[in-house]
Amino acid sequence: MKRTLLALTALTATLTATHAFAATTITIATVNNPDMVTMQGLTSEFNKKYPDINVKWVVLPENELRQKITLDVASGAGTFDIATVGVYEVPIWAKNGWLEPLTPLFQKNPGIADTYKLNDVLPSVRNALTVGGQLYAVPFYAESSMTFYNKDLFKKAGLTMPQNPTWQQLQGFAAKIHNPTGGVYGICLRGLPGWGENMAFITTMVNTFGGRWFNQNWQAQLNTPAWKSALTFYVNTLKKYGPPGATSNGFTENLTLMSQGKCGMWVDATVAAGFLSDPGSSKIVKSVGFANAPVGPGTPRGSNWFWSWNLAIPKSTKNEDAAFKFLTWATSPEYIDLVAKTKGTWAAVPPGTRTSTYNNPSYKKAAGAFSNIVLSSINRADVTKPTKDPVPYTGIQYVSIPQFQALGTQVGQYMAGALSGQLTIDQALKQGQDAANRTAKEGGYQK
Amino acid sequence: MTTTSTSPAVRARRGFHTRRWLLTLLTYLITAVFLFPLAWMILAAFKTEAQAFATPPVVLFTPTLDNFHRAWGAYLPALTNSLVAALGSTLLAFVLGLPAAFALAVYPTRRAQGVLTWMLSTKFMPAVGVIVPLFLLFRNLHLLDTLPGLILMYTTMNLPLVVWMMHSYLTEIPAAIYEAAKVDGASVGQEFFRIALPLSMPGISATALLALIFAWNEVFFALNLTSSAAAPLSVFIGQFKTSQGLFWAQLSAAATLTVLPVLVFGWIAQRQLIRGLSFGAVK
Repeated sequence: MKRTLLALTALTATLTATHAFAATTITIATVNNPDMVTMQGLTSEFNKKYPDINVKWVVLPENELRQKITLDVASGAGTFDIATVGVYEVPIWAKNGWLEPLTPLFQKNPGIADTYKLNDVLPSVRNALTVGGQLYAVPFYAESSMTFYNKDLFKKAGLTMPQNPTWQQLQGFAAKIHNPTGGVYGICLRGLPGWGENMAFITTMVNTFGGRWFNQNWQAQLNTPAWKSALTFYVNTLKKYGPPGATSNGFTENLTLMSQGKCGMWVDATVAAGFLSDPGSSKIVKSVGFANAPVGPGTPRGSNWFWSWNLAIPKSTKNEDAAFKFLTWATSPEYIDLVAKTKGTWAAVPPGTRTSTYNNPSYKKAAGAFSNIVLSSINRADVTKPTKDPVPYTGIQYVSIPQFQALGTQVGQYMAGALSGQLTIDQALKQGQDAANRTAKEGGYQK
Repeated sequence: MTTTSTSPAVRARRGFHTRRWLLTLLTYLITAVFLFPLAWMILAAFKTEAQAFATPPVVLFTPTLDNFHRAWGAYLPALTNSLVAALGSTLLAFVLGLPAAFALAVYPTRRAQGVLTWMLSTKFMPAVGVIVPLFLLFRNLHLLDTLPGLILMYTTMNLPLVVWMMHSYLTEIPAAIYEAAKVDGASVGQEFFRIALPLSMPGISATALLALIFAWNEVFFALNLTSSAAAPLSVFIGQFKTSQGLFWAQLSAAATLTVLPVLVFGWIAQRQLIRGLSFGAVK
């Protein structure tokens, strides 16, 4: 009896002790992009600071992640304490009431707010993540789009790339560089259908040619001259001076072509600057040149896109405090220092989020050739004023309505059809116009 | 009369040999076509990312184990989950499906055919059509991200397969054998355990292997109903895909690790499988 009692006491003591040390476990959903892989690798550093918080990772490809988090967040299942959310979803999810507003959490934790320095986060980025005066997510990294070119090929053709090129100039350069028999193509652009693939690119082109997806009354605008001239320009340029089979080229494929010295020019995400400067994967480290994204004959507005991957806290979480601690740690200036220290180079830090990163002499030295273009591109990218004429939506290379993923991908297929010659430009635009109007009607936007 | 002329019998034999030789060649060719993607994947797993994506493809290279090293960390828990989910669901599907198939094959009622068709009809609907109600059901029953949940899901997925395949194997067994057993005083239970079971063993192993492979390869339900604790290998592979930068080498390493257990298992069960799959083929 005595022994049983003793055992029971010991057990209770152990249980209490365990309870006192009970760690909170948070589950974070994320994608497998290089910066996120670095973040996972630094979990132990987070644990040094917060030993009572366990971190579990769920890593999935972008589309699967989007689908899974949507299902989880919408049904309130509460699997995730932190979700990696694209800038496209943040306003949509915030309006649905799926995300925890972060502004009150910053007010509740003045200690964290002090070291976090929210004002250091680039204003255009903060702006894109704020809905109704409340911040709903913090940026993990951000990007815009810009022009990459091969200096060797330019020199050979006797050309100089201006800092702020126009689309007309780019087409002229491409014509002079294009030499398919020598395995060199004038220009590489996205042709792979998808809302985040060819449509991200084509939409910026339409913007700068003076077009828009919808007018203020949500009437589709794909039948306007701006869309026609942009698409005609795109198809002609890529058909005449692009690589064969461009409809299967997305970001990764073009990155490979460019880094193997096969493209004269490439207009794409600013993150590619780092990849093209990495001797491990690029053959053009010494000859890669950087310029701003080209502008068209319409307006400079919306000529370069804006995208950021952000961390947000789903409303259904039960570990809000622990989640907030991780979220602020992984996007803090302290974290950026930590990445530079552990990776041994400032070129490896997540770009596009903080003014302090771009003021840091070490970063300027490591990313000097492109850091200014990236910073000014992101600063210039205003998601609230993406087009020449006013629009009822936000987003430069997307329209911030939930239906856009489906619409963008559908229209992307028509555009790819025009590029491959299966459709004429008029047919592609007509079908795109019908699809966009249908979406606006069915979604209840068009009255 | 010339000495060089060959008799029709010799000519026929030669023709037969040529045909046989051609057939062998064709078999090798088909095998090579089927094995090529697998071999290419295994080869890519030992390359660097740049080599795996290079055009023209790199065939000669210094192999690296880096990709396996990177994949290894998350591999073992996912392997355990896959093994438990695939074996558990196959076992459960047999416990439930085999007696049903036996009853439908040996003691069919008027509605047996209807029952069979109804079972198959559960396969008509695409998985994505039922995922939301299933997800809510799993959430309310606290089965999300648990192995029992996954086993249950795969059991329901494989049950029609087990019933249908076993039904066709069991109807192959001549009724006379059961009648003879009945004359000897066998009960229904004895008919099932002592006649139907041993006689349909090749069928059972073929069906079991198919059910195992289906559960092993299933990704849609796994993706939506598990996240970390119960995530099987099919979800594990997914995490190596990225929209930024190259990933073919690490994806190939993860895929190689995932395919390996099934490959070994299939190789061991080869004999049974061939017997099972050709069982009743000559009817």
